[in-house]
Amino acid sequence: MATIEISHLSKIFKDPKRKADVTALDDINIEVAKNQFLCLLGPSGCGKSTLLNMIAGFEKPSSGTVTVDGQRIAAPGSDRGVVFQQANLMPWLPIWENVAFHLLLRGGQKGERRAIAQRYIDMVGLTGFENHYPSELSGGMNQRVGIARALLMNPQVILMDEPFGALDEQTRMDMQNELVRIWQQHQGTIVFVTHGIDEALTLGTHVAIMSARPGRIREIIPIELPRPRDITSPQFNQTKRHILDLLRSERANQTLETMDQQ
Amino acid sequence: MPGLQHLRRLDRYVVPVLILAGWEAFSRSGALPAALLPAPSTVVWAWADWVFGTDGNTQTYSGHWVYDMASSFSRVLAGFAIATALAVALGVAIGWSRATEVVIEPTLQMLRPIPPVSWIPLAIIWFGIANKPAIFLVFLGAFFPILLNTIHGVKNCDRNLIRAGAMVGGNNRELLRFIVLPAALPNIFAGLRIGIGSAWMLTVTAEMVAVKSGLGYVLWDSYYFLRYDLVLAAMASIGLLGYLSDLGIRAVMARVLHWQRNTTIQGGE
Repeated sequence: MATIEISHLSKIFKDPKRKADVTALDDINIEVAKNQFLCLLGPSGCGKSTLLNMIAGFEKPSSGTVTVDGQRIAAPGSDRGVVFQQANLMPWLPIWENVAFHLLLRGGQKGERRAIAQRYIDMVGLTGFENHYPSELSGGMNQRVGIARALLMNPQVILMDEPFGALDEQTRMDMQNELVRIWQQHQGTIVFVTHGIDEALTLGTHVAIMSARPGRIREIIPIELPRPRDITSPQFNQTKRHILDLLRSERANQTLETMDQQ
Repeated sequence: MPGLQHLRRLDRYVVPVLILAGWEAFSRSGALPAALLPAPSTVVWAWADWVFGTDGNTQTYSGHWVYDMASSFSRVLAGFAIATALAVALGVAIGWSRATEVVIEPTLQMLRPIPPVSWIPLAIIWFGIANKPAIFLVFLGAFFPILLNTIHGVKNCDRNLIRAGAMVGGNNRELLRFIVLPAALPNIFAGLRIGIGSAWMLTVTAEMVAVKSGLGYVLWDSYYFLRYDLVLAAMASIGLLGYLSDLGIRAVMARVLHWQRNTTIQGGE
Protein backbone atom coordinates (compact mmCIF):
# COMPACT_ATOMS: atom_id res chain seq x y z
CA MET A 1 0.00 0.00 0.00
CA ALA A 2 1.22 3.45 -0.82
CA THR A 3 2.20 5.73 2.09
CA ILE A 4 0.57 8.80 0.61
CA GLU A 5 -2.45 8.52 -1.67
CA ILE A 6 -3.87 11.58 -3.33
CA SER A 7 -6.95 10.99 -5.41
CA HIS A 8 -9.05 13.37 -7.49
CA LEU A 9 -7.82 16.26 -5.43
CA SER A 10 -8.92 19.75 -6.46
CA LYS A 11 -8.53 23.10 -4.78
CA ILE A 12 -10.50 26.16 -5.77
CA PHE A 13 -9.72 29.45 -4.06
CA LYS A 14 -12.93 31.43 -3.83
CA ASP A 15 -12.58 35.14 -4.35
CA PRO A 16 -16.01 36.64 -3.62
CA LYS A 17 -14.74 40.22 -3.92
CA ARG A 18 -13.54 39.82 -7.50
CA LYS A 19 -16.11 37.17 -8.39
CA ALA A 20 -13.36 35.11 -9.98
CA ASP A 21 -12.59 31.73 -8.45
CA VAL A 22 -9.07 30.46 -9.03
CA THR A 23 -8.56 26.76 -9.66
CA ALA A 24 -5.21 26.13 -8.00
CA LEU A 25 -5.24 22.34 -8.39
CA ASP A 26 -7.31 20.24 -10.75
CA ASP A 27 -7.85 16.50 -10.34
CA ILE A 28 -4.48 15.54 -8.86
CA ASN A 29 -3.74 11.81 -8.51
CA ILE A 30 -0.48 10.69 -6.96
CA GLU A 31 0.67 7.65 -5.03
CA VAL A 32 3.86 7.91 -3.07
CA ALA A 33 5.35 4.60 -2.00
CA LYS A 34 7.15 4.03 1.31
CA ASN A 35 10.72 5.38 1.33
CA GLN A 36 10.13 7.24 -1.91
CA PHE A 37 11.67 10.71 -2.33
CA LEU A 38 9.23 12.60 -4.53
CA CYS A 39 10.10 16.03 -5.86
CA LEU A 40 7.21 18.25 -6.98
CA LEU A 41 8.65 20.39 -9.76
CA GLY A 42 6.86 23.23 -11.45
CA PRO A 43 6.81 26.98 -12.16
CA SER A 44 5.75 29.42 -9.46
CA GLY A 45 2.00 29.55 -9.07
CA CYS A 46 1.42 25.97 -10.24
CA GLY A 47 -0.03 25.02 -6.86
CA LYS A 48 2.81 22.82 -5.64
CA SER A 49 2.93 24.50 -2.22
CA THR A 50 -0.86 24.30 -1.97
CA LEU A 51 -0.63 20.57 -2.68
CA LEU A 52 2.00 20.18 0.05
CA ASN A 53 -0.10 22.23 2.50
CA MET A 54 -3.01 19.89 1.93
CA ILE A 55 -0.88 16.83 2.70
CA ALA A 56 0.28 18.69 5.83
CA GLY A 57 -3.33 19.46 6.75
CA PHE A 58 -2.90 23.25 6.74
CA GLU A 59 -5.45 23.63 3.94
CA LYS A 60 -8.56 21.66 3.12
CA PRO A 61 -9.23 20.28 -0.36
CA SER A 62 -12.27 21.53 -2.29
CA SER A 63 -12.83 17.97 -3.46
CA GLY A 64 -10.95 14.68 -3.43
CA THR A 65 -8.93 13.12 -0.63
CA VAL A 66 -5.43 12.83 0.78
CA THR A 67 -4.61 9.80 2.90
CA VAL A 68 -1.37 9.01 4.74
CA ASP A 69 -1.03 5.37 5.78
CA GLY A 70 -4.71 4.91 5.11
CA GLN A 71 -5.72 7.79 7.40
CA ARG A 72 -7.62 10.60 5.75
CA ILE A 73 -5.96 13.96 6.43
CA ALA A 74 -8.14 16.61 8.08
CA ALA A 75 -5.68 18.54 10.27
CA PRO A 76 -1.94 18.96 10.88
CA GLY A 77 -0.35 16.25 13.00
CA SER A 78 3.00 14.99 14.20
CA ASP A 79 2.87 11.98 11.85
CA ARG A 80 3.88 14.43 9.11
CA GLY A 81 6.98 16.56 9.67
CA VAL A 82 7.04 19.83 7.75
CA VAL A 83 10.13 21.83 6.86
CA PHE A 84 9.06 25.31 5.80
CA GLN A 85 10.41 27.77 3.26
CA GLN A 86 11.50 29.97 6.16
CA ALA A 87 12.71 28.02 9.17
CA ASN A 88 9.81 29.30 11.38
CA LEU A 89 11.62 28.72 14.67
CA MET A 90 10.42 30.13 17.99
CA PRO A 91 12.77 33.10 18.51
CA TRP A 92 12.39 32.89 22.31
CA LEU A 93 13.67 29.31 22.55
CA PRO A 94 17.28 28.18 22.27
CA ILE A 95 18.15 25.82 19.43
CA TRP A 96 17.84 22.63 21.46
CA GLU A 97 14.37 23.56 22.72
CA ASN A 98 13.26 24.37 19.19
CA VAL A 99 14.43 20.95 18.07
CA ALA A 100 12.69 19.32 21.04
CA PHE A 101 9.49 21.38 20.70
CA HIS A 102 7.47 18.25 19.99
CA LEU A 103 8.66 16.72 23.28
CA LEU A 104 7.82 19.91 25.19
CA LEU A 105 4.19 19.47 24.11
CA ARG A 106 4.34 15.79 25.03
CA GLY A 107 5.51 16.86 28.50
CA GLY A 108 8.85 15.07 28.77
CA GLN A 109 11.46 15.65 31.48
CA LYS A 110 13.96 18.39 30.64
CA GLY A 111 17.03 16.15 30.81
CA GLU A 112 15.42 13.55 28.61
CA ARG A 113 14.25 16.13 26.08
CA ARG A 114 17.72 17.60 25.99
CA ALA A 115 19.35 14.21 25.38
CA ILE A 116 17.02 13.32 22.52
CA ALA A 117 17.41 16.78 20.95
CA GLN A 118 21.19 16.36 21.09
CA ARG A 119 21.02 13.33 18.78
CA TYR A 120 19.24 15.31 16.10
CA ILE A 121 21.37 18.42 16.58
CA ASP A 122 24.45 16.26 15.99
CA MET A 123 22.78 14.67 12.97
CA VAL A 124 22.29 18.00 11.19
CA GLY A 125 25.77 19.16 12.15
CA LEU A 126 24.95 21.87 14.68
CA THR A 127 26.87 20.43 17.64
CA GLY A 128 27.99 23.30 19.87
CA PHE A 129 25.08 25.60 19.01
CA GLU A 130 22.54 23.99 21.38
CA ASN A 131 22.14 27.08 23.55
CA HIS A 132 22.24 29.69 20.82
CA TYR A 133 19.08 31.51 19.79
CA PRO A 134 17.74 31.45 16.22
CA SER A 135 18.59 35.16 15.75
CA GLU A 136 22.23 34.30 16.39
CA LEU A 137 22.50 31.73 13.58
CA SER A 138 22.62 32.08 9.79
CA GLY A 139 19.69 31.22 7.53
CA GLY A 140 21.24 27.89 6.52
CA MET A 141 21.84 26.89 10.13
CA ASN A 142 18.28 27.80 11.09
CA GLN A 143 17.02 25.68 8.21
CA ARG A 144 18.99 22.73 9.66
CA VAL A 145 17.26 23.32 12.98
CA GLY A 146 13.94 23.14 11.14
CA ILE A 147 14.96 19.82 9.61
CA ALA A 148 16.10 18.46 12.98
CA ARG A 149 12.77 19.52 14.53
CA ALA A 150 10.86 17.59 11.87
CA LEU A 151 13.12 14.52 12.10
CA LEU A 152 12.83 14.30 15.89
CA MET A 153 9.14 13.43 15.65
CA ASN A 154 10.20 10.38 13.67
CA PRO A 155 7.32 11.02 11.24
CA GLN A 156 6.03 8.67 8.55
CA VAL A 157 6.36 11.44 6.04
CA ILE A 158 8.49 14.56 5.73
CA LEU A 159 7.11 17.43 3.69
CA MET A 160 9.54 20.10 2.51
CA ASP A 161 8.45 23.36 0.90
CA GLU A 162 11.42 24.83 -1.00
CA PRO A 163 13.48 24.59 2.19
CA PHE A 164 16.72 25.63 0.49
CA GLY A 165 15.20 28.35 -1.67
CA ALA A 166 16.67 31.23 0.33
CA LEU A 167 20.18 29.78 0.57
CA ASP A 168 23.25 30.52 -1.54
CA GLU A 169 24.41 27.97 -4.13
CA GLN A 170 27.26 26.57 -2.01
CA THR A 171 25.17 26.10 1.14
CA ARG A 172 22.31 24.67 -0.89
CA MET A 173 24.53 21.95 -2.38
CA ASP A 174 25.90 21.05 1.04
CA MET A 175 22.38 20.85 2.47
CA GLN A 176 21.17 18.72 -0.45
CA ASN A 177 23.98 16.23 0.10
CA GLU A 178 23.24 16.11 3.78
CA LEU A 179 19.53 15.63 3.23
CA VAL A 180 20.23 12.68 0.92
CA ARG A 181 22.61 11.24 3.53
CA ILE A 182 20.02 11.56 6.31
CA TRP A 183 17.29 10.12 4.10
CA GLN A 184 19.48 7.14 3.15
CA GLN A 185 20.41 6.51 6.78
CA HIS A 186 16.94 6.80 8.27
CA GLN A 187 14.68 5.93 5.41
CA GLY A 188 11.28 7.53 5.25
CA THR A 189 9.03 9.10 2.69
CA ILE A 190 9.77 12.64 1.57
CA VAL A 191 7.76 15.03 -0.57
CA PHE A 192 9.93 17.95 -1.61
CA VAL A 193 8.62 21.04 -3.41
CA THR A 194 11.06 22.87 -5.65
CA HIS A 195 11.26 24.95 -8.79
CA GLY A 196 14.86 23.95 -9.50
CA ILE A 197 15.31 21.18 -12.09
CA ASP A 198 18.85 20.42 -10.86
CA GLU A 199 17.64 20.23 -7.27
CA ALA A 200 14.82 17.85 -8.16
CA LEU A 201 17.16 15.61 -10.14
CA THR A 202 19.83 15.64 -7.43
CA LEU A 203 17.44 14.59 -4.69
CA GLY A 204 14.46 12.63 -5.90
CA THR A 205 13.74 9.02 -6.62
CA HIS A 206 10.80 10.43 -8.57
CA VAL A 207 10.05 13.83 -10.03
CA ALA A 208 6.48 14.95 -10.60
CA ILE A 209 6.30 17.67 -13.24
CA MET A 210 3.42 20.07 -12.65
CA SER A 211 1.79 22.49 -15.03
CA ALA A 212 0.25 25.78 -14.01
CA ARG A 213 -3.25 27.30 -14.13
CA PRO A 214 -4.89 25.00 -13.36
CA GLY A 215 -2.24 23.01 -11.47
CA ARG A 216 -2.06 19.49 -12.85
CA ILE A 217 0.43 16.64 -12.70
CA ARG A 218 1.89 16.29 -16.19
CA GLU A 219 4.18 13.39 -15.70
CA ILE A 220 5.88 11.48 -12.92
CA ILE A 221 9.38 10.46 -13.93
CA PRO A 222 11.34 7.85 -11.96
CA ILE A 223 14.97 8.94 -11.63
CA GLU A 224 17.32 6.00 -11.71
CA LEU A 225 20.62 7.89 -11.74
CA PRO A 226 23.32 6.49 -9.42
CA ARG A 227 24.06 8.35 -6.19
CA PRO A 228 25.85 10.57 -5.39
CA ARG A 229 24.42 12.27 -8.43
CA ASP A 230 26.72 14.11 -10.78
CA ILE A 231 24.96 17.14 -12.24
CA THR A 232 27.45 17.22 -15.14
CA SER A 233 27.06 13.61 -16.29
CA PRO A 234 25.48 12.82 -19.68
CA GLN A 235 22.62 10.78 -18.14
CA PHE A 236 21.78 13.64 -15.82
CA ASN A 237 21.64 16.04 -18.75
CA GLN A 238 19.55 13.65 -20.77
CA THR A 239 16.88 13.54 -18.07
CA LYS A 240 17.14 17.27 -17.65
CA ARG A 241 16.60 17.78 -21.39
CA HIS A 242 13.48 15.62 -21.25
CA ILE A 243 12.06 17.74 -18.40
CA LEU A 244 12.96 20.97 -20.15
CA ASP A 245 11.16 19.74 -23.28
CA LEU A 246 8.09 18.98 -21.19
CA LEU A 247 8.13 22.43 -19.61
CA ARG A 248 8.73 24.07 -23.00
CA SER A 249 5.85 22.29 -24.78
CA GLU A 250 3.75 23.25 -21.79
CA ARG A 251 4.49 26.90 -22.45
CA ALA A 252 3.82 26.51 -26.16
CA ASN A 253 0.43 24.90 -25.42
CA GLN A 254 -0.47 27.74 -23.13
CA THR A 255 0.43 30.29 -25.78
CA LEU A 256 -1.72 28.43 -28.32
CA GLU A 257 -4.61 28.32 -25.87
CA THR A 258 -4.46 32.03 -25.25
CA MET A 259 -4.33 32.65 -29.00
CA ASP A 260 -7.40 30.44 -29.46
CA GLN A 261 -9.24 32.39 -26.84
CA GLN A 262 -8.47 35.60 -28.65
CA MET B 1 38.59 56.96 24.95
CA PRO B 2 38.31 56.90 28.73
CA GLY B 3 37.98 60.72 28.94
CA LEU B 4 34.93 60.69 26.69
CA GLN B 5 33.37 57.85 28.66
CA HIS B 6 33.80 59.83 31.84
CA LEU B 7 32.18 62.86 30.25
CA ARG B 8 29.24 60.82 29.04
CA ARG B 9 28.56 59.51 32.52
CA LEU B 10 28.41 63.08 33.83
CA ASP B 11 26.25 64.23 30.90
CA ARG B 12 23.03 62.90 32.34
CA TYR B 13 23.37 65.01 35.50
CA VAL B 14 23.97 68.31 33.73
CA VAL B 15 20.36 69.28 33.07
CA PRO B 16 18.91 68.34 36.50
CA VAL B 17 21.76 70.09 38.33
CA LEU B 18 21.32 73.25 36.25
CA ILE B 19 17.57 73.29 36.87
CA LEU B 20 18.00 72.81 40.62
CA ALA B 21 20.71 75.47 40.83
CA GLY B 22 18.61 77.98 38.84
CA TRP B 23 15.55 77.22 40.96
CA GLU B 24 17.52 77.63 44.20
CA ALA B 25 18.91 80.96 43.02
CA PHE B 26 15.50 82.19 41.88
CA SER B 27 13.80 81.25 45.15
CA ARG B 28 16.48 82.98 47.21
CA SER B 29 16.38 86.12 45.04
CA GLY B 30 13.09 87.17 46.67
CA ALA B 31 11.23 87.71 43.36
CA LEU B 32 8.45 85.56 44.79
CA PRO B 33 7.51 85.10 48.46
CA ALA B 34 9.58 82.16 49.74
CA ALA B 35 6.44 80.31 50.87
CA LEU B 36 5.03 80.16 47.31
CA LEU B 37 8.09 78.64 45.66
CA PRO B 38 10.24 76.92 48.28
CA ALA B 39 13.88 76.48 47.32
CA PRO B 40 15.12 72.93 46.65
CA SER B 41 17.09 73.06 49.88
CA THR B 42 13.87 73.78 51.82
CA VAL B 43 12.12 70.92 50.04
CA VAL B 44 14.98 68.55 50.86
CA TRP B 45 14.84 69.72 54.50
CA ALA B 46 11.10 68.98 54.70
CA TRP B 47 11.53 65.70 52.85
CA ALA B 48 14.30 64.60 55.21
CA ASP B 49 12.08 65.24 58.22
CA TRP B 50 9.15 63.48 56.55
CA VAL B 51 11.33 60.45 55.91
CA PHE B 52 13.61 60.35 58.96
CA GLY B 53 11.90 62.63 61.50
CA THR B 54 15.02 64.83 61.72
CA ASP B 55 13.66 67.98 63.39
CA GLY B 56 9.87 67.63 63.38
CA ASN B 57 9.28 70.52 60.93
CA THR B 58 6.58 68.50 59.12
CA GLN B 59 4.73 67.96 62.41
CA THR B 60 2.28 65.04 62.19
CA TYR B 61 4.06 63.72 59.06
CA SER B 62 7.46 63.68 60.67
CA GLY B 63 9.05 60.25 60.10
CA HIS B 64 5.87 59.05 58.47
CA TRP B 65 7.07 58.74 54.85
CA VAL B 66 7.57 54.99 54.76
CA TYR B 67 4.00 54.45 55.93
CA ASP B 68 2.59 56.95 53.40
CA MET B 69 4.68 55.49 50.63
CA ALA B 70 3.67 51.93 51.54
CA SER B 71 -0.07 52.79 51.52
CA SER B 72 0.20 54.29 48.02
CA PHE B 73 2.44 51.52 46.81
CA SER B 74 0.17 48.73 48.06
CA ARG B 75 -2.80 50.33 46.24
CA VAL B 76 -0.82 50.57 43.02
CA LEU B 77 0.31 46.98 43.41
CA ALA B 78 -3.18 45.62 44.13
CA GLY B 79 -4.92 47.51 41.31
CA PHE B 80 -2.12 46.82 38.88
CA ALA B 81 -2.06 43.09 39.67
CA ILE B 82 -5.82 42.74 39.18
CA ALA B 83 -5.63 44.77 35.94
CA THR B 84 -2.75 42.66 34.63
CA ALA B 85 -4.45 39.34 35.36
CA LEU B 86 -7.78 40.39 33.83
CA ALA B 87 -6.41 42.35 30.88
CA VAL B 88 -3.99 39.64 29.79
CA ALA B 89 -6.62 36.90 30.07
CA LEU B 90 -9.26 38.94 28.23
CA GLY B 91 -6.75 40.24 25.69
CA VAL B 92 -5.62 36.74 24.78
CA ALA B 93 -9.23 35.59 24.48
CA ILE B 94 -10.19 38.55 22.27
CA GLY B 95 -7.07 38.32 20.12
CA TRP B 96 -7.34 34.56 19.64
CA SER B 97 -11.07 34.07 19.06
CA ARG B 98 -13.08 36.12 16.63
CA ALA B 99 -16.31 35.14 18.43
CA THR B 100 -15.08 36.55 21.77
CA GLU B 101 -13.96 39.69 20.01
CA VAL B 102 -17.38 40.28 18.49
CA VAL B 103 -19.15 39.72 21.81
CA ILE B 104 -16.89 41.69 24.17
CA GLU B 105 -14.87 44.24 22.25
CA PRO B 106 -17.55 46.87 21.40
CA THR B 107 -18.52 47.16 25.09
CA LEU B 108 -14.90 47.58 26.15
CA GLN B 109 -14.25 50.15 23.45
CA MET B 110 -17.21 52.17 24.72
CA LEU B 111 -15.98 52.05 28.30
CA ARG B 112 -12.44 52.96 27.30
CA PRO B 113 -12.88 56.67 26.44
CA ILE B 114 -14.50 57.36 29.84
CA PRO B 115 -11.73 58.94 31.96
CA PRO B 116 -11.05 56.76 35.02
CA VAL B 117 -11.30 59.89 37.19
CA SER B 118 -14.97 60.31 36.25
CA TRP B 119 -15.66 57.02 38.04
CA ILE B 120 -14.71 58.60 41.39
CA PRO B 121 -18.27 59.47 42.51
CA LEU B 122 -19.52 55.96 41.78
CA ALA B 123 -16.40 54.40 43.28
CA ILE B 124 -17.00 56.29 46.55
CA ILE B 125 -20.67 55.30 46.64
CA TRP B 126 -19.84 51.67 45.98
CA PHE B 127 -16.70 51.25 48.05
CA GLY B 128 -16.76 54.07 50.61
CA ILE B 129 -13.71 56.11 51.66
CA ALA B 130 -10.88 53.62 51.98
CA ASN B 131 -8.50 51.51 49.93
CA LYS B 132 -11.09 50.00 47.65
CA PRO B 133 -12.08 53.01 45.53
CA ALA B 134 -8.39 53.81 44.98
CA ILE B 135 -7.64 50.24 43.92
CA PHE B 136 -10.64 50.35 41.62
CA LEU B 137 -9.36 53.52 39.97
CA VAL B 138 -5.85 52.14 39.59
CA PHE B 139 -7.36 49.05 38.01
CA LEU B 140 -9.32 51.15 35.49
CA GLY B 141 -6.25 53.16 34.57
CA ALA B 142 -3.94 50.20 34.05
CA PHE B 143 -6.48 47.83 32.49
CA PHE B 144 -6.96 49.33 29.03
CA PRO B 145 -3.32 49.89 28.00
CA ILE B 146 -2.49 46.30 29.01
CA LEU B 147 -5.60 44.94 27.27
CA LEU B 148 -5.03 46.74 23.97
CA ASN B 149 -1.37 45.80 23.82
CA THR B 150 -2.14 42.16 24.61
CA ILE B 151 -4.78 41.99 21.85
CA HIS B 152 -2.32 43.55 19.43
CA GLY B 153 0.43 41.11 20.41
CA VAL B 154 -1.79 38.04 20.08
CA LYS B 155 -3.20 39.15 16.72
CA ASN B 156 0.25 39.86 15.34
CA CYS B 157 1.58 36.43 16.23
CA ASP B 158 3.22 35.00 13.12
CA ARG B 159 0.79 32.52 11.53
CA ASN B 160 3.72 30.41 10.36
CA LEU B 161 4.85 29.83 13.96
CA ILE B 162 1.34 28.59 14.78
CA ARG B 163 1.51 26.29 11.75
CA ALA B 164 4.86 25.00 12.96
CA GLY B 165 3.31 24.34 16.37
CA ALA B 166 0.35 22.51 14.85
CA MET B 167 2.79 20.49 12.77
CA VAL B 168 4.60 19.18 15.86
CA GLY B 169 1.24 18.11 17.24
CA GLY B 170 0.03 21.03 19.36
CA ASN B 171 -3.67 21.42 20.12
CA ASN B 172 -5.31 24.85 20.52
CA ARG B 173 -4.55 25.12 24.22
CA GLU B 174 -0.90 24.19 23.72
CA LEU B 175 -0.52 26.60 20.80
CA LEU B 176 -1.84 29.41 23.02
CA ARG B 177 0.37 28.51 25.95
CA PHE B 178 3.62 27.73 24.10
CA ILE B 179 3.47 29.96 21.03
CA VAL B 180 0.89 32.75 21.10
CA LEU B 181 1.56 33.87 24.67
CA PRO B 182 5.37 34.00 24.41
CA ALA B 183 5.08 35.71 21.02
CA ALA B 184 2.80 38.36 22.54
CA LEU B 185 5.03 38.99 25.59
CA PRO B 186 6.96 41.95 24.11
CA ASN B 187 3.64 43.72 23.48
CA ILE B 188 2.26 42.72 26.88
CA PHE B 189 5.30 44.26 28.56
CA ALA B 190 4.86 47.45 26.55
CA GLY B 191 1.30 47.55 27.94
CA LEU B 192 2.52 46.93 31.50
CA ARG B 193 4.94 49.84 31.28
CA ILE B 194 2.23 52.23 30.10
CA GLY B 195 -0.15 50.75 32.69
CA ILE B 196 2.15 51.29 35.68
CA GLY B 197 2.38 54.99 34.79
CA SER B 198 -1.41 55.34 34.74
CA ALA B 199 -1.57 53.35 37.97
CA TRP B 200 0.53 55.91 39.86
CA MET B 201 -1.39 58.85 38.41
CA LEU B 202 -4.69 57.36 39.54
CA THR B 203 -3.58 56.34 43.04
CA VAL B 204 -2.53 59.89 43.73
CA THR B 205 -5.78 61.27 42.25
CA ALA B 206 -7.85 58.87 44.32
CA GLU B 207 -5.92 59.72 47.48
CA MET B 208 -6.64 63.41 47.01
CA VAL B 209 -10.38 62.74 46.94
CA ALA B 210 -11.40 59.39 48.35
CA VAL B 211 -8.73 58.16 50.78
CA LYS B 212 -7.18 59.57 53.93
CA SER B 213 -3.66 58.22 53.55
CA GLY B 214 -0.87 57.90 51.05
CA LEU B 215 1.39 60.30 49.16
CA GLY B 216 -1.53 61.94 47.34
CA TYR B 217 -3.30 62.60 50.61
CA VAL B 218 -0.16 64.17 52.13
CA LEU B 219 0.17 66.31 49.02
CA TRP B 220 -3.38 67.62 49.21
CA ASP B 221 -3.35 68.01 52.99
CA SER B 222 -0.10 70.01 52.89
CA TYR B 223 -1.67 72.29 50.30
CA TYR B 224 -4.41 73.16 52.83
CA PHE B 225 -1.73 73.95 55.41
CA LEU B 226 0.27 76.03 52.92
CA ARG B 227 3.26 73.71 53.22
CA TYR B 228 4.39 73.96 49.59
CA ASP B 229 7.74 72.47 50.49
CA LEU B 230 5.95 69.30 51.54
CA VAL B 231 3.74 69.45 48.40
CA LEU B 232 6.90 69.44 46.32
CA ALA B 233 8.46 66.67 48.41
CA ALA B 234 5.32 64.56 47.84
CA MET B 235 5.49 65.24 44.08
CA ALA B 236 9.13 64.20 44.02
CA SER B 237 8.32 61.05 46.00
CA ILE B 238 5.62 60.06 43.49
CA GLY B 239 8.00 60.68 40.59
CA LEU B 240 10.70 58.62 42.26
CA LEU B 241 8.39 55.69 43.02
CA GLY B 242 6.90 55.74 39.53
CA TYR B 243 10.40 55.64 38.11
CA LEU B 244 11.40 52.76 40.40
CA SER B 245 8.28 50.74 39.48
CA ASP B 246 9.07 51.16 35.81
CA LEU B 247 12.66 50.13 36.50
CA GLY B 248 11.32 47.00 38.22
CA ILE B 249 9.16 46.07 35.23
CA ARG B 250 12.09 46.66 32.91
CA ALA B 251 14.27 44.38 35.02
CA VAL B 252 11.67 41.59 34.81
CA MET B 253 11.33 42.27 31.09
CA ALA B 254 15.07 42.00 30.53
CA ARG B 255 15.01 38.59 32.21
CA VAL B 256 11.92 37.25 30.45
CA LEU B 257 12.69 38.69 27.00
CA HIS B 258 16.43 38.02 27.11
CA TRP B 259 16.15 36.40 23.67
CA GLN B 260 15.48 39.85 22.20
CA ARG B 261 18.88 41.09 23.31
CA ASN B 262 20.56 40.43 20.00
CA THR B 263 17.84 41.63 17.71
CA THR B 264 18.81 45.29 17.68
CA ILE B 265 20.01 46.83 14.42
CA GLN B 266 23.64 46.68 15.43
CA GLY B 267 23.45 43.17 16.88
CA GLY B 268 25.14 41.91 20.01
CA GLU B 269 28.76 42.13 21.09
